[in-house]
Amino acid sequence: MNSPSTELTRRMAIYEQFHHISRWGDAFNGDTSPNTGTSTIVPADVSLKNKAEYISCEQVEPSISDQETNKPNDKIQRRLAQNREAARKSRLRKKAYVQQLESSRLKLAQLEQELERARQQGIYIIGASDTGCFGLPGTVNSGITAFEMEYTHWVEEQNRQICELRTALQAHVTDIELRILVESGLNHYCNLFRMKADAAKADVFYLISGIWRTSAERFFHWIGGFRPSEVLNVVVPQIEPLTDQQHLEVCNLRQSSQQAEDALSQGVDKLQQSLAEGVATDLCSGNYRAQMVDAIDKLEALENFVSQADHLRQQTLQQMVRILTTRQAARGFLAMGEYFHRLRALSSLWAARPRESA
Amino acid sequence: MHYQVDSWGYYMPARSMGSDPMERVAKLASESAVVIFSLSSCCMCHAVKRLFCGLGVNPTVYELDQDPRGKDMETALMRLLGNSQAVPVVFIGGKLIGAMDRVMASHINGTLVPLLKEAGALWL
Repeated sequence: MNSPSTELTRRMAIYEQFHHISRWGDAFNGDTSPNTGTSTIVPADVSLKNKAEYISCEQVEPSISDQETNKPNDKIQRRLAQNREAARKSRLRKKAYVQQLESSRLKLAQLEQELERARQQGIYIIGASDTGCFGLPGTVNSGITAFEMEYTHWVEEQNRQICELRTALQAHVTDIELRILVESGLNHYCNLFRMKADAAKADVFYLISGIWRTSAERFFHWIGGFRPSEVLNVVVPQIEPLTDQQHLEVCNLRQSSQQAEDALSQGVDKLQQSLAEGVATDLCSGNYRAQMVDAIDKLEALENFVSQADHLRQQTLQQMVRILTTRQAARGFLAMGEYFHRLRALSSLWAARPRESA
Repeated sequence: MHYQVDSWGYYMPARSMGSDPMERVAKLASESAVVIFSLSSCCMCHAVKRLFCGLGVNPTVYELDQDPRGKDMETALMRLLGNSQAVPVVFIGGKLIGAMDRVMASHINGTLVPLLKEAGALWL
């Protein structure tokens, strides 16, 4: 009765049945552990259970199995098919789960970035008066949000202008056409300074932090923007040859912009010192209302410095245009635009560089 | 004998008139080659002072918060500049140059140094 082949078949049937049941169990409680669905290793102690089932089944089944030799085959085939189906479903569930994890991870990274931006933009969190400032989110600084959007457009337009300048210079267009491009370039920077003036009223710290610029640009950040003398250093070698008179005027411009920068830097240093001293008065008393009022006044002076720094940038660019011929000025704006474009590209490359995992 | 003008209006003051703050400003401005009106707490004033020192100029500085008539002079300067900020304001050779932005603009466009030389504040 129990020939080796039927015994083996029975064992297999029960083996399949055991696994089939466990699959169903998984489906029941929706357990989506990622390790199911692929090859499952049956633990050794299960074989004892199998034998027990095998024995009990043997009591139940013999009459059925002896009747038709085809039926066990059908059952086996059916069970195998069901098992395959369950395994397939399990694999699909695992895939879906993994995809969900991936997209959640991306979303989390995005949210973290947004949060960081928002923090730096100065989302003011309104909370209990004494316990500090962490509570429900308050108002978003719309002035800063507006600036961010405008600045993105500004950079796009800047890139377009650089290309236009490059094409025009290579094509040897007339001076009149170049003049128009130079004026547009100058105007474009004036627009930036106007945008920044509005942003400074919204939050001067946003401008000072340089968070609106890329990381490489930020390395060179000076009172809310680029350093005029640095731009001159970049541009002047690109617009040679200069006449003797031009050389003299350019030298004077470099020197006077450097001197003006130094003066403003010293003013900001004094402001830092004064602010620190003011805030640090009576630290042990724990009472700081008067200090805060004083500090607010001082911080308002910072807006003045950013305004003067932008004014200096504008004056330097205008003087540069005055000193140079149209063609030289066009090359100058191209050089300047390309320089900042490269710094922005460098920032992207730096951010995307392959890093060793921790 | 010296009498105060504000108590008994019909007595002549012993000191120079200077009761009009704007007149006083003009008078002080004409007394030196480079005159800066400032407030000791103002950091922009510090910046403008450093600018002139950096050029090798020795400006005459009047700290209005340390002057008994400073408040009036501040108001007069505000009206003169049409600005909510009275200081810093710079006079060269008795002539009004302006606030920080004017000073920097004139330095960048190359007109400041000739003015300073003309006023005798710079030799070179």
